[in-house]
Amino acid sequence: MTVSPLSAWTDRLAALPVNASERPFLSQLTVRASDPAAIAAMGAALGVVFPSVPCTFTTGTGSFGEVQVLWLGPDEFLVVAAPDLQIPIEEALRGALGSARGSVVDTSAQRTTVVLEGPHVRDVLAHGCSVDLHPSAAPTGTCVQTLLARTGIILLVTGADRVTLLVRSSFAEYLAAWLSDACVEYRTQ
Amino acid sequence: MQLIPCPWCGPREEAEFHYGGQAHVAYPQDPSALSDEEWAQYVFFRENPSGPFAERWSHSAGCRRWFNAVRDTRTHDLLAVYRTDEPMPEVIS
Repeated sequence: MTVSPLSAWTDRLAALPVNASERPFLSQLTVRASDPAAIAAMGAALGVVFPSVPCTFTTGTGSFGEVQVLWLGPDEFLVVAAPDLQIPIEEALRGALGSARGSVVDTSAQRTTVVLEGPHVRDVLAHGCSVDLHPSAAPTGTCVQTLLARTGIILLVTGADRVTLLVRSSFAEYLAAWLSDACVEYRTQ
Repeated sequence: MQLIPCPWCGPREEAEFHYGGQAHVAYPQDPSALSDEEWAQYVFFRENPSGPFAERWSHSAGCRRWFNAVRDTRTHDLLAVYRTDEPMPEVIS
């Protein structure tokens, strides 16, 4: 049986004021490419336009369902899709890349995903994250790689009061423990 | 904490960055032709100015890209950041 990194934390995360929940085993592929034609072709294969602006992500729907493409660097992207699609997506991206210089690597096991929702999300994250998360500085569509309580994370702003964190699997339990502690002052009872 | 402006990600905390020493140190054209003394000069000897100093930095906790920065060693002010393939800009300190 496959056990997700935060399976032991499901109930404790759900009880937090930020309604945290894990989205385990998402398909994740690291794409390195700088040729604009190849990037456009890979986007077309997934039904999503790859982000061209630093620190943003894009969402699209195609033959692999809803797919997110995260900007990780000027020639580096992370493709995130539903579980168990990494092999067909890898084949589709490699086909679209063709002979252009680049790489497509399955990194699904590297990170797990935690979704936080609620009015206190930005306040809780501000306890351990130095990036300005005010809606005027980090609107929906923002994707930043930074440190949250000294843990390397990718932070996606997916809605007004909704944030997705991608964290390395081995750091996930530490992050869950830190979140529990940071949420203490926002408990209602 | 000091903010360092990454050319890609914008201003971020210093803790996200990794220092890479003096910038614009060219690799020798023909390393095997160097004497031990010349090799030691290349490997170990660096400028140590009091004032603007061009350095390499890596945004290791963010986009993981290397870039160059001009830092005033007297005040720790970052006077300019630029990409690794660009020449050092003129700075007024």
